[in-house]
Amino acid sequence: MIYWHIFLAFFIPGIVGYGGGPASIPLVENEVVGRYGWLSVTEFSEVLAMGNALPGPIATKMAGYIGFQQGGIFGAAIGIFATVAPSLILMIILLSVLYRHKDSPKVKRMTNYVRPTIAVLLGVMTLNFFTTAYEGIGILQTLILIVASFILLEKWKVHPAFVIVGALAYGAVFLA
Amino acid sequence: MKQVDLFLAFFRVGMLGYGGGPSSIPLVHKEVVEKYKWMNEDDFADVLALGNTLPGPIATKMAGYIGYRVAGIIGMINAVFATITPTIILMIVLLTSLSSFKNLPWVSGMTKAVVPVVGVMLATLTWDFFKKSKNTLGIRNACLIVGASLVLLEVFHFHPAILIGALLLFALVKKDKTGNDKQNEERGGGL
Repeated sequence: MIYWHIFLAFFIPGIVGYGGGPASIPLVENEVVGRYGWLSVTEFSEVLAMGNALPGPIATKMAGYIGFQQGGIFGAAIGIFATVAPSLILMIILLSVLYRHKDSPKVKRMTNYVRPTIAVLLGVMTLNFFTTAYEGIGILQTLILIVASFILLEKWKVHPAFVIVGALAYGAVFLA
Repeated sequence: MKQVDLFLAFFRVGMLGYGGGPSSIPLVHKEVVEKYKWMNEDDFADVLALGNTLPGPIATKMAGYIGYRVAGIIGMINAVFATITPTIILMIVLLTSLSSFKNLPWVSGMTKAVVPVVGVMLATLTWDFFKKSKNTLGIRNACLIVGASLVLLEVFHFHPAILIGALLLFALVKKDKTGNDKQNEERGGGL
């Protein structure tokens, strides 16, 4: 029974949560705090804060941890499966259809028409990241990190892994 | 070998993507399009478009589909596993042992310093998408869709899924024309 509840608790946010993992956070809270009462609001915000401090997608981290808490390893697996599988299966089916007709002018046009909108979405996301940075560490540090990472990534073509590790080290020393 | 590459590519994406799933978009682009060349820019744009239209976390949808394209079902499982498992284990270990971890000043400093770096990567990707739009649609039509999207998304708070869905539908039902010029005209008029 608990496994079925874990499945439902993460299946619903996974299928209703448009806009990527972060959009599903309030939906997960609704299920695990509101409906099933597995966590208190404070505990939930603890989990959320930890999830934000660690790398990787946020929705699966929450599903994995809360699933583990409620039902052990198997519970974690079910929570993750319910979060990831439904939308992934849909994605593979739709993209496979698209890929089979990729030379048809209609499909080419679909790609071309949607691209500017994706650019806008990415642009808005960019702005959000810069705003968050400005609010968290101030304008000076934000500019230093922007300029330094731009030169490293775009001029010197350093792999992002090294730039991010560099930023982590910089943060640990200068932003602590 | 492909499976090892897939695992490494998405392991890096998962471990370096600070700020939730969306911050992994430029990292996936780097690995999949630039480093391993599993996909070209067009295919990646389609993945991103559909990923934004469908519900659920974006990072695992990208990892799963790309893994599937490169190496079948096993590739799919492998890529999703590589993206999420390392950080979930980290999360369980840290939350069950030292719950004050996230309050350590150097940890929060680390997390904060990565945010502007991800911002730069997203900005570059945005510029790539805009350049490509300009090349395929022409500067006028590209700006038209960018402007319209901006207004609909930010002023009227349209849901991106609805907007992308509408554009896809429009591209699908629009009649095919012969002759490129005619098609360009139609596009301008139709929008």
